[in-house]
Amino acid sequence: MKYSYFPGCSLKGLGRAYEESLLPVMKHLGVELQELDDWNCCGATAYMAVDEVKACVLAARNLALAEKSGLNQVMAPCAACYLVLNKAKHYFHDYPAMKATMDRALNAVGLHYSGDTPVRHPLDILLNDVGLEAIKQKVEKPLKGLKVATYYGCQIVRPYATFDDQYNPTTMDRLMEALGATLVHYPLKTKCCGGSLTGTLPEAGIRLVYILLNEAKKRGADCIATVCPLCQFNLDGYHSQLKAQYGDVLVPTVYFTQLMGLAFGLSDKELGLNRAAVPFKWRPPLPAAATPVPA
Amino acid sequence: MVSIKQDIRIGFYVCHCGHNIASMVDCPEVASYVEKLPGVVLSRDYKYMCSDPGQELIQKDIKEFDLNRVVVASCSPLLHEHTFRTAVAAGGLNPFFFHMVNIREHDSWVHTDRKEATAKAKALARAAIRRVAHHKALEVKQVPVNPDVLVVGGGIAGIHAALTLANAGKKVYLVEREPSIGGHMAKFDKTFPTLDCAACILTPKMSSVGAHENITLWSYSEVVKMDGYVGNYTVMVKRKARFINEDLCTGCQECVANCIYKEPKFTDEFNEGLGKRKPVYIPFPQATPQVVLIDPDVCLNFKRGVLTDKCKKTCVEACGDRKAIDFKQKEQFTEIKVGTIIVATGFQTFDAKRVLPYGYGVYPNVYTAMEVERLVNASGPTSGEVILRDGRQPKAIGIIHCVGSRDKKTNRWCSRVCCMYSMKLAHLLKEHTGAEIYNFYIDIRAPGKGYEEFYDKLNEEGVHFVRGRVGEVTDWGMTPEEEGKLVIRVEDTLAGFVRRIPVDMVVLATGLEPQADAQDVRRLFNMSCGTEGFFLERHPKLAPVNTFTDGIFIAGCCQGPRDIPDTVAQAGAAAAEAMVLIDKGHVEQEPNTAYVLPDCCGCKSCLPLCPYTAITFDEATKKAVINEALCKGCGTCVSSCPSGSIAQNLFEDEEVFSEIEGVLAD
Repeated sequence: MKYSYFPGCSLKGLGRAYEESLLPVMKHLGVELQELDDWNCCGATAYMAVDEVKACVLAARNLALAEKSGLNQVMAPCAACYLVLNKAKHYFHDYPAMKATMDRALNAVGLHYSGDTPVRHPLDILLNDVGLEAIKQKVEKPLKGLKVATYYGCQIVRPYATFDDQYNPTTMDRLMEALGATLVHYPLKTKCCGGSLTGTLPEAGIRLVYILLNEAKKRGADCIATVCPLCQFNLDGYHSQLKAQYGDVLVPTVYFTQLMGLAFGLSDKELGLNRAAVPFKWRPPLPAAATPVPA
Repeated sequence: MVSIKQDIRIGFYVCHCGHNIASMVDCPEVASYVEKLPGVVLSRDYKYMCSDPGQELIQKDIKEFDLNRVVVASCSPLLHEHTFRTAVAAGGLNPFFFHMVNIREHDSWVHTDRKEATAKAKALARAAIRRVAHHKALEVKQVPVNPDVLVVGGGIAGIHAALTLANAGKKVYLVEREPSIGGHMAKFDKTFPTLDCAACILTPKMSSVGAHENITLWSYSEVVKMDGYVGNYTVMVKRKARFINEDLCTGCQECVANCIYKEPKFTDEFNEGLGKRKPVYIPFPQATPQVVLIDPDVCLNFKRGVLTDKCKKTCVEACGDRKAIDFKQKEQFTEIKVGTIIVATGFQTFDAKRVLPYGYGVYPNVYTAMEVERLVNASGPTSGEVILRDGRQPKAIGIIHCVGSRDKKTNRWCSRVCCMYSMKLAHLLKEHTGAEIYNFYIDIRAPGKGYEEFYDKLNEEGVHFVRGRVGEVTDWGMTPEEEGKLVIRVEDTLAGFVRRIPVDMVVLATGLEPQADAQDVRRLFNMSCGTEGFFLERHPKLAPVNTFTDGIFIAGCCQGPRDIPDTVAQAGAAAAEAMVLIDKGHVEQEPNTAYVLPDCCGCKSCLPLCPYTAITFDEATKKAVINEALCKGCGTCVSSCPSGSIAQNLFEDEEVFSEIEGVLAD
């Protein structure tokens, strides 16, 4: 199994814990990743909202590079990258005028995009290519007793639900159960994390973050598992404001790959767990013999 | 130039059909073109050929111009072939010296270029002129109609159709696949808008069916095969094993009381899974027939449906001398002969689990409307007390309309009854619980007698109506008041903002959709389905209970969602249509049958091909013989005969070939 790997800006910056956990986990499972040579901005950030043409052209260059790499599938772990690359691909097929612009721009730099290269999310690859059975075999320290709220956010299921259900995605749920974790019923799994509103319109953005954290805490979650650097940032980074405004809703938010790494027996340090603002410490429960017998 | 026999004298008529044809086809030009064709004596264009003056024109011309063939170019033969054949016969000719050309559905309605449409009309007319010269005089044959009727489905539609026919003295077989007749209506508590008790108005009809001397009621049975043609259908009915001899069971239910299971333990289908029943049971108190049945999947005397005989059989002891219980009973197949069939197989309710955001199956206090019908019913699992699955009594209830209706993601159609039954349930729930009731609707559709007034009444009763499609039902609360409640999130499109309404109970007004096996039933009875899967009527306005197969009629929700009054009206109509055939006593059959020519060499290759088993082999003459009464004119034998020794009326070689030559000629 070998894929070309498009990290995007987040995985090299604020979301580097995602990359730090993703790469060893994938390696552990025998999945080879080859970082795209000379990749550029995926086209997300404000581009897509302001100028779709520019966003699509940016995305097209990455897709063309992926095609050129000879590996016919590209993995995009960041939810925003995943969406924009997929959206550009859809536009390429659906809107002839957009395709013409993309072709022209790529032609100018000697690149070509055929429109075929599948853009895959790590969850998709883990569940459908690697398989839960293979993952279970690698589990050394099952996450027994860890109560996880799986949080998917919006971009990997909307508007394109390519590998999971739009309303009730379950790929991460099944993955967490394979690692031995316990799921808490978390019906907010695709609800808005606030996105960039936390910066632009904090009274709305912070409120959305509060709802997510408050419900996770109320339902007894030890942590929230996420697939998106922006979700992780929002849920992790505003606790002082939240505390001032609503009271304490301290729940750690981790990347699903970090939990996989823990189950595979990798160390906190290797998995970038030290980077989060809200610390997450997980130790497997003591063996049954060592636990005091309840009276 | 093709020569036409000297004595052929053809009259040609091209119809304007108002603007329907004339707007796209130059009718006078077609008429003057045809006039010059060989064999044509006169050619006219006329505004409405189907009108009385149009028909009289044909009759007059036949006499005045000594015509012996007639061609009319107008609409589909489905609509007016019969009209013109009758006019030709009234003019003194054999009606089969006529041929019809369709220049409306096949030409003017489907083309946008007048010049090309006119050319096509000429080509089609030319083909007909050449063909009609070869037509022969034929006789219409009459086939008697078996006066017995089969009604499939014992819901209110089937019950009403069966009773109407039986009261008129016709013998009816009523086949129902469930253990009792009654259908969905038997499960309803009250009916809108009059609020009369559904059981009180239905059960008298059910017992009439059970007791009627003209009705043979076969419950727990299914039609598995149908052969034949209008007036003469042969139907195979599978009578499933209920492990009870229906003739011996008195309905005393002592076996139920004495079952080895002291308490009911198994899912009660009639109560939508809200209650429990025993392995031996009667579906509901007023079940018709009043006969118990045994469920071999859970009865201890069976293991996975196979008889083990290991139970103490306290039921058999209780039954005593009546000896009605028969664990060795097998399913039986019975063949019946009927002339007409009414299909009234009903609908299924939309599976609420398919709309994930509404949480059915996730949150226990989310109910479907059918479940609530049972919940408020006096003979339901809680004797009519509204107690939620968690034991509480609701103080606020939300009813969500259009679940699985008017939704591109699930079913696009309006299910027609949900607005009204939602309001009925709102009224009943308010009456039973005094709770605050919120209806969430897209539009209120109350187009029936007394329906809008019912809506007004609900408003006066203080039921809340919130206009907006609900986004989700969830259990996350923002305020202390919301904790422990189900929260309905909805955009109130009249108030213009998003609301969160905490409730204790959510009712999903699930829509109506075709039965899961509608496609199988469609094939069984040679019917068609519309795109949504409901059975297709022959004409949406003028033949709403007929199907494309003569003698087979449809009634009730199998044709599309409708309420009880409409269902009953339609069932009556289907019964009347069946009686038209029965009382006339015979049907006329197109003489388009196949016949064997003397050259037949007796190879028998046609025998197994005939789908109507109309061909037999005459040992004396060593030739195939076709039974005209059974032949449906499909032409399979004609085209497959290796020696070309089978011909078919109205499709003789010279008729077909001259038609092809005509359409291709310049």
